[in-house]
Amino acid sequence: MASITTTPPQIAEWKTPDRGTVGIISLIITESSLFMIFVIAYLFYIGKSINGPYPKDVLEFPWWASICLFSSSGTIVLAEHALKHGKMGVFKGWWGLTILLGLEFIHQTAAEWYHLIYVDNLRISTNLFGTTFYMLVGLHATHVIVGLVFLLIVFIVTMMGFPAQTQIRRITFLSWYWHFVDAIWVVVLTTVYIIGR
Amino acid sequence: MATAEYPLEQPRRKPREFSISQAFSGWVETVDHKRLGLMYMVTALVFLLVAGVMATLMRIQLAVPNNHFLPPDTYNRLFTMHGTTMVFLVGMPIIAGMSNYLIPIMIGARDMAFPRLNAFGYWVFLFGGILLYLSYLGGGGLSGAGSAPDVGWFAYAPLTSQAFSRGHATDYWTLGILVAGVGSIASSINVIATTLSMRCKGMTLARMPIFVWVMLVDAWLILICIPPLSAAQFMLLADRYLGASFFNTQAGGSAVLWQHFFWIFGHPEVYVLIFPAFATLSEVIPVFSRKPIFGRSAMVAAVVAIGFISTGVWAHHMFTVGMTSVANIFFAVATLLIAVPTGIKIFNWAATMYGGKIRFSTAMLFCVAFLFQFLVAGLTGVMLGVAPFDWQLTDSYFVVAHFHFTLVGGFVFGVFAAIYYWFPKVSGRLMSEKLGKWHFWLFCIGFNVTFVPQHFLGFMGMPRRIYTYAPGRGWDGLNMLSTIGVAIQAAAILIFAWNVIRSLVHGAAAGDDPWDAWTLEWTTTSPPPEYNFETLPEVGSARPLWDLKHPDDPDWKYE
Amino acid sequence: MKAGYLTLALAAAQTLPAADGKEHNIANIFKPVTTPGTQILDIATLALAVTGVIFVIVAGLLIYILVRFRRRPDDDRQEPPQVYGSTQIEAAWTVLPILIVFVLLMVTARVISGVEDAKPRSNALKATIVGHQWWWEIQYPKYGIVTANELHIPVAGPQHLATFLTLESADVAHSFWIPQLGGKMDVIPNRNNKMWMDPKETGVFFGNCAEYCGTQHANMLIRVIVQPNDEFMKWVASEQAPAVNDASLAPQRELFESLSCVNCHTVRGTPAKGTFGPDLTHLMSRRMLASGMIPNTRENLREWIKDPQTIKPGCQMPDMQLTSAQLDAVTAYLSSLK
Repeated sequence: MASITTTPPQIAEWKTPDRGTVGIISLIITESSLFMIFVIAYLFYIGKSINGPYPKDVLEFPWWASICLFSSSGTIVLAEHALKHGKMGVFKGWWGLTILLGLEFIHQTAAEWYHLIYVDNLRISTNLFGTTFYMLVGLHATHVIVGLVFLLIVFIVTMMGFPAQTQIRRITFLSWYWHFVDAIWVVVLTTVYIIGR
Repeated sequence: MATAEYPLEQPRRKPREFSISQAFSGWVETVDHKRLGLMYMVTALVFLLVAGVMATLMRIQLAVPNNHFLPPDTYNRLFTMHGTTMVFLVGMPIIAGMSNYLIPIMIGARDMAFPRLNAFGYWVFLFGGILLYLSYLGGGGLSGAGSAPDVGWFAYAPLTSQAFSRGHATDYWTLGILVAGVGSIASSINVIATTLSMRCKGMTLARMPIFVWVMLVDAWLILICIPPLSAAQFMLLADRYLGASFFNTQAGGSAVLWQHFFWIFGHPEVYVLIFPAFATLSEVIPVFSRKPIFGRSAMVAAVVAIGFISTGVWAHHMFTVGMTSVANIFFAVATLLIAVPTGIKIFNWAATMYGGKIRFSTAMLFCVAFLFQFLVAGLTGVMLGVAPFDWQLTDSYFVVAHFHFTLVGGFVFGVFAAIYYWFPKVSGRLMSEKLGKWHFWLFCIGFNVTFVPQHFLGFMGMPRRIYTYAPGRGWDGLNMLSTIGVAIQAAAILIFAWNVIRSLVHGAAAGDDPWDAWTLEWTTTSPPPEYNFETLPEVGSARPLWDLKHPDDPDWKYE
Repeated sequence: MKAGYLTLALAAAQTLPAADGKEHNIANIFKPVTTPGTQILDIATLALAVTGVIFVIVAGLLIYILVRFRRRPDDDRQEPPQVYGSTQIEAAWTVLPILIVFVLLMVTARVISGVEDAKPRSNALKATIVGHQWWWEIQYPKYGIVTANELHIPVAGPQHLATFLTLESADVAHSFWIPQLGGKMDVIPNRNNKMWMDPKETGVFFGNCAEYCGTQHANMLIRVIVQPNDEFMKWVASEQAPAVNDASLAPQRELFESLSCVNCHTVRGTPAKGTFGPDLTHLMSRRMLASGMIPNTRENLREWIKDPQTIKPGCQMPDMQLTSAQLDAVTAYLSSLK
């Protein structure tokens, strides 16, 4: 059949949202819904552990880890800025630093868990605090690791010569995911290390 | 254009060439939304048959008191698998299938926003479904023969803990559904991105077909309500294998917490399931009444309202758990409120037919039956929303009757309407209206014979999920009657299956627009070419094909 | 075996004693005998009336529309007037349902509070129900009695205005439902739920577990025996009495006490102190066995002990592989526990 055109009032310019933008925002919304349930479980079980160790006995506010993760949101913005202006060397530098900061965050989490498990004897099976703590913090850490994998892929292919400036849109989406992971860390910090203690 | 008779006369199309290797790679490797949509639908219909056979076996067991047709464990596995299959392996893929096939051709796009994600979603769903059924082989774990899960489709804690569910049957349930859930989320992200970003020129959101609106809200709901289930399932796995105590009451955990998380998923889920029927009715009823949908913006607003409110009513499944009176009152309020937008939809469909020229094609018949049956279902829902009445009715056969009225009388009838309406577009051939009417009447009668008596069984104190019952409780006759209805429904399904097969082979050519409809999918060939449209359309109203057929009286004059 | 169980049940149906009063074996929710049950009935009647009227009106309108506006054979095939909507009509059928919902909600809130927030009065009978996979344990803390599956309570009167139940679970989630005595209440581990009833009629009222709890959920039946207060107090006294110790059955009793039955069951005053299964101290005061499945006759008791799995497959009581002589002895002893 011929194309369908009628003669209604003319449309000046036809714009719809970018599908990648919609996609990444939808992903962030669905992941937020997932995290929310673990947060609710954590809040619900505060104070209900039958035996210790209890949060105030073993938890220390993770200053250094948080500084690393929050700064990495800053460095990724700087990296994107460099990318948009074509400064590939600067881009690689900031992007690499973002990855290092993320890795240090994971390293700190692992160190904290090592201490909790082997020194404080807090395991997932120990009590309700252990159950909810490891699941919530672990879920977040998993998301950080997934993000790091993607950040690494971008870094490696850029180092190998791939022109990342042709993929600004997708790299932007990845940075939004990274910011989301940071925002969740704010929620986890508040729930576990502030309210929960 | 419209001539004296439905369906419209169109030139006969040449049938396609067929080759096996092409058939394989063409389907396994495809990212074409139409093929994936078909794959979703066919897989779902296969699971529908499987779960239907399970239901038949259950009804045979319950036909007489103290029956020994099935031992208790087998019965308990059957109702678990029947419910799980119907919700996750029939309902969800039908939503994905209908959305994926129809949305692009209704909004004038060439494919979905993310074709590869589309394929990923289908295969992940299929894998999840197969994983669930593998429980028949491996569910007993090393210690026993295969056995499917027997914890009910909502798998309450602590029945699902290692202490009370030994072996791996429960784990097959948990993992299978977790995996299938990933597929649902993938499909939903795709639907949202497609609907928002890929509409053709001129198709503002206000001019989008209501079908697309409803499936968009559906996708949002899925995005928000599936993660709570996935989260709860991760917690269950942690409990069972890592020694966690989310739902372990011995360690201070809460069995009620599982119920909250499950129903935070479960209640929006049932609205997710009914939306395709709402979407179908909003397309089929106008065409066969020869009038536009009455109150288009009210219909859209109602769907959005239903989606929104449905996230706040979950604990009406928990009125007997012992929540405070304040909590019970809150959830009763929210539950009764949701009846308002739902009622508005029924009134708008009725007003669409009012003043029209109603043509009772098979698709329309299924829509009409939906209206009556969903009205009943909604009203029994209101009864259940009145919490004290629910204290008697919940967990009894009244609730079983209620949700089968919504899901079979609503969802399944809506899906049949959709199949009879869009089969010509998808296959290029018409289904037999005569066989269709036999299918409709037998199924409608059989469905009512099975499920109307179950309301009264609930009134007389029969609880649900029991594999047998003693004589002398007043339940004998109604159970027998309920089982007889199954035979009638089975006959109807056989006729339907025959209709589908026969029509694919011998059906008359359908042409582009057999129903004289008004939305974009009817402007392209049947079936559509791989690229959907020769040139991408530009629209000026919600009924672009009406505008073309009636240049003297186009819709955009009234918008 | 399975056929045998069916024969037992049917045969024994003819020999049931009617000592406990009228059997209300049709558990009709529309025939309540308690205050909560009646309050539920009242609101249910309102809900049925409202939804019934709505159904008649809407279904009637639908039928009218379908008949009046069907396409006639002599139709001219012109499109009918294209009506897009009407704001006034939309408003009307939004506001009216909201008003109906509002009325229902007012009544609902009142009944919810009335039933749930009732406090036990001082002369209420208090009992505790503990749900097990697949039987009910019943405790009367004030009287020091523990029994199973058959709940005796006094009819509402000056001595006992009502009965208040505390509901606990020993394993998974169950639900306690006697339709004629009121709504159901779930029985959940690590949670104490409460319900109350003030039956105005005597008789035997039937109920079921109403939350799927595993293999034999279907056979977790409840009988509530509502008695006049003096009969109830007599029953209490007989339950408080020590277990019957018939001297002529001493060898049988000793055999029983030497078997592992005592690990699961209690017979007060004897070495049998197990709490995994029902208390057997006054087993013969119960009408049924296996939580309401078969009448409590000597033959049924012997069949049950011989192999519970043929009567209630999957239940927690194993086949103890007793010899015929042992079976006779144990049955004789247990039959003496009146």
